[in-house]
Amino acid sequence: MLLRHTPKEITERSALVINPAKTCQPIGAMYASLGINGCLPHSHGSQGCCAYHRSTLTRHYKEPIVAATSSFTEGASVFGGQANLLQAIENIFTVYEPEIIAVHTTCLSETIGDDLKQIAMKADKEGKIPAGKYVIGAPTPSYVGSHVTGFSNMVKAMAGLAESSGKKNGKVNIIPGWVEPSDMRELKRLAELIGVDYTLFPDTSGVLDGPLSGEYTMFPKGGTTVQALKESGDSIGTLALGEWCSADAARQLDAKCKVPCSVLDMPFGLKATDRFIDALRIVAGTTVPDEVTYERGQLVDLISDMHQYFYHKRVALVGDPDQLISMVEFLVSIDMCPVYVVTGTPGKKFEKRIKALTKDMPFEVKVKAKGDMFLLHQWIKNEPVDLLIGNTYCKYIARDEDLPLVRWGFPILDRQGHQYFPTVGYKGGLRLLEKILSALLDRKDRDEPERSFELVM
Amino acid sequence: MARTKKLVQWEPNDIKAELLKKYPPKVARKRAKQIMINEALENTTPEIVANVRTIPGIITMRGCTYAGCKGVIMGPTSDIVNLVHGPIGCSFYAWLTRRNQTSASGEKNENFITYAMSTDMQDQDIIFGGEKKLEAAIQEAYDLFHPKGIAVFATCPVGLIGDDIHAVAKKMKEKFGDCNVFAFSCEGYKGVSQSAGHHIANNQVFRHMVGTSTTEKTDKYKINLLGEYNIGGDGFEIDRILKKCGITNIATFSGNSTYDQFASANQADLSAVMCHRSINYVADMLEVKYGIPWIKINFIGASSTAKSLRKIAQYFGDKELIDRVEAVIAEEMPFVEAAQQDVLPRTKGKTAMIFVGGSRAHHYQDLFREMGMKTISAGYEFGHRDDYEGRQVIPTLKVDADSRNIEEIEVEPDEKLFRPRKTAEEMEALEKSGLHFKEYNGLNPDMDQDTIIIDDMNQYEADKLIQIMKPDLFCAGIKEKYSVQKLGIPQKQLHSYDSGGPYAGFKGAVNFYHEIDRLVNSKVWSYMKAPWQENPELSATYVWE
Repeated sequence: MLLRHTPKEITERSALVINPAKTCQPIGAMYASLGINGCLPHSHGSQGCCAYHRSTLTRHYKEPIVAATSSFTEGASVFGGQANLLQAIENIFTVYEPEIIAVHTTCLSETIGDDLKQIAMKADKEGKIPAGKYVIGAPTPSYVGSHVTGFSNMVKAMAGLAESSGKKNGKVNIIPGWVEPSDMRELKRLAELIGVDYTLFPDTSGVLDGPLSGEYTMFPKGGTTVQALKESGDSIGTLALGEWCSADAARQLDAKCKVPCSVLDMPFGLKATDRFIDALRIVAGTTVPDEVTYERGQLVDLISDMHQYFYHKRVALVGDPDQLISMVEFLVSIDMCPVYVVTGTPGKKFEKRIKALTKDMPFEVKVKAKGDMFLLHQWIKNEPVDLLIGNTYCKYIARDEDLPLVRWGFPILDRQGHQYFPTVGYKGGLRLLEKILSALLDRKDRDEPERSFELVM
Repeated sequence: MARTKKLVQWEPNDIKAELLKKYPPKVARKRAKQIMINEALENTTPEIVANVRTIPGIITMRGCTYAGCKGVIMGPTSDIVNLVHGPIGCSFYAWLTRRNQTSASGEKNENFITYAMSTDMQDQDIIFGGEKKLEAAIQEAYDLFHPKGIAVFATCPVGLIGDDIHAVAKKMKEKFGDCNVFAFSCEGYKGVSQSAGHHIANNQVFRHMVGTSTTEKTDKYKINLLGEYNIGGDGFEIDRILKKCGITNIATFSGNSTYDQFASANQADLSAVMCHRSINYVADMLEVKYGIPWIKINFIGASSTAKSLRKIAQYFGDKELIDRVEAVIAEEMPFVEAAQQDVLPRTKGKTAMIFVGGSRAHHYQDLFREMGMKTISAGYEFGHRDDYEGRQVIPTLKVDADSRNIEEIEVEPDEKLFRPRKTAEEMEALEKSGLHFKEYNGLNPDMDQDTIIIDDMNQYEADKLIQIMKPDLFCAGIKEKYSVQKLGIPQKQLHSYDSGGPYAGFKGAVNFYHEIDRLVNSKVWSYMKAPWQENPELSATYVWE
């Protein structure tokens, strides 16, 4: 047993987090920054933060993740990191020539109290930012919120580039939230099918799903351009997907540039995708083509065909709030029973939302924000589940408790596919069901007694 | 990049100029001192600048002090609870990512490596101080797990807000009575690289654990293996060989280690130092305080493994051991040589670059040599000058502002436990017979003339160097892996080994030969271009039939 010291008996913990279901803000900011075209993310802190985030994102995507750091030393930590950041900005624009540097802070620079805005202004005044190039910044103190908060803060900083010309351009802003490059590509495909002129930001497709071709460029063609971000202030509306990931940026656009927004759930599963497509159609004033309706029908078809395997299966989930809310709704909609739901990200709203989504279920539902995977494991030990859904770290629980596992979330360090195959939209719903079915049916095939072993399922 | 097209031979100095060309003048001046054309002739190697600050904005390969302390040194110990005091990230990122294996399996053995523990500091802890929360977290960890030891690690904000983690640890240790609680001031901003973290970690291991065991180790030929971290099971293979030779490994610092091993390290009769960078000072302290001499060994590479075993046998000087070691080498080598002969036709003449660590950029050259491959450029991520130039430069090393704050422990012979292992005459005789103590000559002398040695290599220089020199293989870490491979050049991680291992010892050498053969000769590198990219022009004579 790999987690053999985890006791079944649950005791209250006030200070100790064990096996976290979240990580810190800066990595979310780094991931979001990679969704800007020609952007070099920059970590304003000691160099270990940057190394850790790059390593984790690299292991998740198996792609180059480049980002720079202010490389704080003890001196910088005492006297402030302004000199380091100024030097970094100059070096980055000279050596790597990005279009934009997206700086995020760390617990170190936040504790010292470095002011990114003031430092960026100073860099500009000193001529360290070449004409037509940009430096944006997001405060991402690691001791507040989680990686999700950091992602949201950087997306908000991106929205900060928006300008309002007074003339609407007919576009719709889509803020996808922390989803995979494949998901962002799928959202764009859907928007195009529906005939919506859109700006999606951030957009990591074309950045973190690159080909192997014998060529390497630090700044691939993908990503939302600075120009598009500037023009997002003239859009006719914003669809923000996910309250935790995307709402702040959308509301800021609304307040600053009068772009009305609606905050939707992330389009995972049937109903959330329905709402997304419907909202998109309404805001853009278009009709949904048959092709999309056909895809929807395929998803409904698979649910119907395989319903017997979903029905009343107990599922434990761990991940991030926006993703979990949609996934729980999806599972409930196919009569699975999400009985344990844990996120490490704080938020009472999360618990309320999950409770509301699961109120009619035949099993008791345990939900915890600011929870950890140690607690989730203890819940499972007390009353087992049929399926576990979460990131790669879940495999230790899955092995110890002999549970089928569907890897979904961040980070996935040991399996492939997330950067290529979406789980958003109807097609993504099909993929989620395929993964869930494979996990459940492989297990059934393994465990079934010989006499009732089935050929046709 | 077409790998078959080798460009005109570049002069090393031109390459250096090319690497520096684009930098702002200040950066170029600094980097120029860290890029060296090797002129390794009779100890006249020019000086290289190492262990200095990374330049802000230059995309470095380096990590932080916390990573060196918690991740590298303390990470592989199975039965100590590692509790990170700080915001959640630092604990999360160091959770199981280094591939250090442990044999602590089965219900009876304690293994906390699979757990990440943190005080998850929040803004109110930063404002009002986190000592109370740390105290509560230690108590909760103790109540849940009752471990032999709890190690507390400081992250950046802890040092800034002034939490006295050592006082909290001491208080809890006294309170528990049966659990050793100790702390590491390994804030990420200290020092200039992971190296400072190794030092902080090793100091505390030495101070709080070594010499505390009351069980006497009575086996023959007792050694400590210092600076071996059991990545991919390297330590398992080394232990297999040692055991076969009849050599007892009292404590590995710190691969597959346990509390008791550290506690008993003072009972060994020889310290064998693998990674000089991360631990040479512990070898010194073990000698001064307990009387254990140390030698530099290297179990990376089959010939180096054989050589290292012979050195250990020579130290103990017993015919029984010397014969046993020779028998083991004779038994193991045919298997190794067969594998060598198998891969040589495909690997001979290929070139490699290695930019990792504080020792592996040196050690792995032995393995490549055994496969007929040449290392054309190398350097350390966090090495010091002595790791390049040899220990003779240590007295001349300048202590700068960044190293001044990394504690050096002054030790004296232990009143009860100090015991000279050899007389002065015996030591002198051994030296005369060619067994050199406290000797490490560094990487430079082992590299060919005109090879390029680069300290604290970065993204930009790596990219340039690869484009100019077109090596057949590039070795670095996970962050560097995919930007190199996008160029169509295979990359092998020599921190965590990607997957696979062990690569140490005899079986490890065989694994490595096969792995590198697989990597450099993989068919995938020939798929870079689609047929229509290789032949863009439409042929006029092409007709449908």
